Amino acid sequence: MKTNESCVISPENQSVQIRHLEDIQSRPSCLRGKGVTKIFGTGGKQTVAVDHVDFDFHEGELVSIVGESGSGKTTLSKMLLGLLNVTEGEIFYQGKLRDISTAKKKREYWKGIQAIFQDPFSSFNVFNKIDTVLLDCINMCGGRHFSKEKKIELMTEACCFVNLKYAELTNKYPFELSGGQMQRLMIARVFLLKPKILLADEPTSMIDACSRATILDMLLHLRDETGMTILFITHDIGLSYYISDDVYIMEHGKFVEHGTADEVILAPKADYTKRLISDVPKIYEPWDLSTVKY
Amino acid sequence: MKNTLKQVFHSPKFLVGFCIFTSILLMMIIYPLVNPGNPLEMIGLGTFAEPGTYVSLYDSVGTKTSTLKLDGADVKRIDQVLSGEDRVNMLNWFTADSIDISGLDITDTDTLLAMWKANFDPSIRLQGMTKAMRNYYIRLNDNINAAASADILTVSEIDASTGETVEKAEINKTDYVNVGDVANVKTLPLGTDNFGRDTLKELVSACGTSIRIGLIAGTVATFIGLLLGLLGGYLGGFVDDIVMFFTNIFTVIPSFVLLILISYSISQDQRGANTIAIVIGFTSWVWTARSVRSQVISLRNRDHVNLSRLSGHSLMRIILTDILPYIASYVVMAFILQISSGILAEAQLSLLGLGPKTTDVPTLGLMMNWAMLYSAHLNGSWWAYFPVILTIAFISFSLNLMNTGLDQVFNPTLRD
Amino acid sequence: MSKTVLEVRGLTTKYITRFHEDVYAVDDVSLTIEEGKSLGIAGESGCGKSTLALSLMGYYFAPLHYISGEIIIDGKSISGMDPDTVRKTVLGTEIAYIPQSAMNALNPTCKTRKFIQDVIHAHDPHADNKQISELAESRFAELGLPASVLDRYPVELSGGMKQRTVIAISTILKPKVLIADEPSSALDVSSQKMVIKMLRDLMDKGYIRAMIFITHELPLLYNVTDDIMVMYAGQIVEKGTAREMVFDPVHPYSRGLMHSIIVPEQGTRNKKLSAIPGTPPNLKKPPEGCRFAERCKYVVPQCRYNTLPMIEFEGTRTYRCGHSIQHLKEVYRCEDE
Repeated sequence: MKTNESCVISPENQSVQIRHLEDIQSRPSCLRGKGVTKIFGTGGKQTVAVDHVDFDFHEGELVSIVGESGSGKTTLSKMLLGLLNVTEGEIFYQGKLRDISTAKKKREYWKGIQAIFQDPFSSFNVFNKIDTVLLDCINMCGGRHFSKEKKIELMTEACCFVNLKYAELTNKYPFELSGGQMQRLMIARVFLLKPKILLADEPTSMIDACSRATILDMLLHLRDETGMTILFITHDIGLSYYISDDVYIMEHGKFVEHGTADEVILAPKADYTKRLISDVPKIYEPWDLSTVKY
Repeated sequence: MKNTLKQVFHSPKFLVGFCIFTSILLMMIIYPLVNPGNPLEMIGLGTFAEPGTYVSLYDSVGTKTSTLKLDGADVKRIDQVLSGEDRVNMLNWFTADSIDISGLDITDTDTLLAMWKANFDPSIRLQGMTKAMRNYYIRLNDNINAAASADILTVSEIDASTGETVEKAEINKTDYVNVGDVANVKTLPLGTDNFGRDTLKELVSACGTSIRIGLIAGTVATFIGLLLGLLGGYLGGFVDDIVMFFTNIFTVIPSFVLLILISYSISQDQRGANTIAIVIGFTSWVWTARSVRSQVISLRNRDHVNLSRLSGHSLMRIILTDILPYIASYVVMAFILQISSGILAEAQLSLLGLGPKTTDVPTLGLMMNWAMLYSAHLNGSWWAYFPVILTIAFISFSLNLMNTGLDQVFNPTLRD
Repeated sequence: MSKTVLEVRGLTTKYITRFHEDVYAVDDVSLTIEEGKSLGIAGESGCGKSTLALSLMGYYFAPLHYISGEIIIDGKSISGMDPDTVRKTVLGTEIAYIPQSAMNALNPTCKTRKFIQDVIHAHDPHADNKQISELAESRFAELGLPASVLDRYPVELSGGMKQRTVIAISTILKPKVLIADEPSSALDVSSQKMVIKMLRDLMDKGYIRAMIFITHELPLLYNVTDDIMVMYAGQIVEKGTAREMVFDPVHPYSRGLMHSIIVPEQGTRNKKLSAIPGTPPNLKKPPEGCRFAERCKYVVPQCRYNTLPMIEFEGTRTYRCGHSIQHLKEVYRCEDE
């Protein structure tokens, strides 16, 4: 394979220097929300899933949104993606009010924002070969007229980025891969699309603790390589501490705390944050089980 | 795909169902080649000829004969004359004549006849016997004597010009003809029906028509159900409300009643097999629509559909490539069941006399209808309806087996 | 030396797939657990952790088949019994098993009290319902479950509550060994903590005498169990105390696992994580020699054909690798610098 030699970037072989951003506040805003609310149901049976949240994600930032299940973080992510309608409030995309009223405008918006979902096993259409997934991405960002060689080169590059071998993947179906490999392929997809924002909705919760580190490092690497904003949604506060610059803590549809990772995790102010941190098993300090109240 | 097919054919249930169905289909193709002609042609006068081989009596007279001397030929001949009822009556006569019959076996023709010849006297008037009964015994005695006698039968021909009878042939008791030499022999494996039609030929043709009706009904029902289910499930909201409104209405109205009403309102001349099939299809899409809709709703929120939307694919493309393949196996199974229920629905309708018009083609339901109208079940002509019931049972059994087999392959919770 | 509760010697079990292929998911596993101790089993998915848990119960049903080895609970061997005897005499009283999705195992149409009655009646058909209720109430109170749970239907309970209820039900007969297979992976962190607390309580109060805890979350294992055993491709590759295993692993695979630990504590943020490249081998055709050779950084040619035994070192620890302890420690020391 002549194209295989183009593997230069690979988080596994080459140590990734984690570079946490220091100049967040001075960067331009990428996605901003004001009073964003989602209410499900009508009449007497209303459920407020997301309750007047304000946020401001800067360009090139890696932000975590942490909350337990039912806190509304997935609903928020669907609204940010434009897959769910916003009941109330405004979302600004690159400084301008987001307009996704028509299918065409939506398609335009989706060129700037992409997602990786929680369950890798349901993220793929099991009837399509892996090539189809990647070819789709090339076609979507204007590569429809590229020559076949050029397309293969692009796909090989993307696979290399996530440390997969294109030659081994071609003509395979997604179910022949492991969960970790599938999730890496999802990152390869994002690498090809190069959106402004990547929304990673619990990308590591369904895969092994051992493959988790790989995915996290790849996300960091992706940010460093392309400068995209990554929203990392998770229930594991440990992961958010490792990976992110900024952390938002969400409880019952509201942000209860927001700050840099060090501020929020090492010196939490909100009770909810304190509880979340104390609930996670530790290894350097003793994990206090006596605080458990049934 | 290849792997899936392999798995499907590894399922014993599917395989058995498939074999039964294929043999029925093969029968439908091969039998008309062996026995061509219009299945509705009335070949016999009178109703319900029994199954068997029919030899032309006229032709066998002129056919070359061979002489065969077979032991017990006489006994067999008498056996045929002497019915079980006659034998019991003979016993009755002995008893009435106060003759000891202990140890007499009425199936032992020789002893019975010997005893009869020794004891029967037409002049004896037994007490309490009616005149009719006496005459019956005399007739029985004559018959027995005639069968046992060594007479030669003479066949005469009436000369058309003179009107005289001319002796044509003499038939000895030991004369035999080879069936192969007789010009006209007809085997009717299932006899004839009430109109004198070859039942087997009719059955094979009816089977084809019924399966066609099932296929058309199944296709129509699956198509409508799939379309409404996909639209309602994927689009949701207002479209879903409308789809569910119609689906609910059709669920509440018993579909068979609806079917009867629609069939009734179409006049007899308009009701061809295809019309009936479409009507059946129109009344049985409800469950397909409901289950397709619920599956699509759960698929709609799957991540791969969301990703497909994020990739900017059009509605049609998402439905065709991201949703339809996932429910395809289910739809195929529903389709198989629809075929089976279409065939049954036609049979039920026809049994009520609301089936396709009777002059065109036979269907399984029509055959049962005819058998019922001409009381085949009362006069013991089982061949007119029993094979039909068996065929319907086999068709739906094989289709259901195939469906269960497919279910085991495609439904992971049922896998062993 | 305290008493051994569970002893397993050379246990080997296999799966027979639909296409009649053999998959040796547990291959020659030996372990002992002493009174009052707990053992953690770690490893990637597909390394045989869950199969080991199923095999330890001695209750085999297709596609899992027993091949060889011995399971001894409290001096009594349970291997080689027929499934029916195992179900009647071993499960529930000797060994209890809690799978990850245990909370879905409750029949939604029965109240909690009914399950407890069923469990006890299965072992003692003449048990008195009133006594059972008293026992259940006192046990629930001790384990911090409200008594009202007894008269609720499973759907009325939250996921964490259901999981704790299942644990309480399955330990009602005081089994000697409790096998918990990822009992908290599907739960929120706060429910997870409650489940862990409850397992600890069960141990402390003597309702179970030994525990096997299976998970791929290493920080959790570190906090719950006394010993940790790492499995790879159906074999044990290293065993030691929790502290030793987390802070000083010897086997390259264990070391790889420990490097993927992420906790919300100082020191995590700038720690260099490393993952193990590649995927576990296909157990239909396990590689000859060291099974980890394919993915090992320190592989040398003889790794690929030498069959490796478990080697003891530092008194209580064991590992399975072709390299010597000194060599490995030296390599790690250089690497860390």
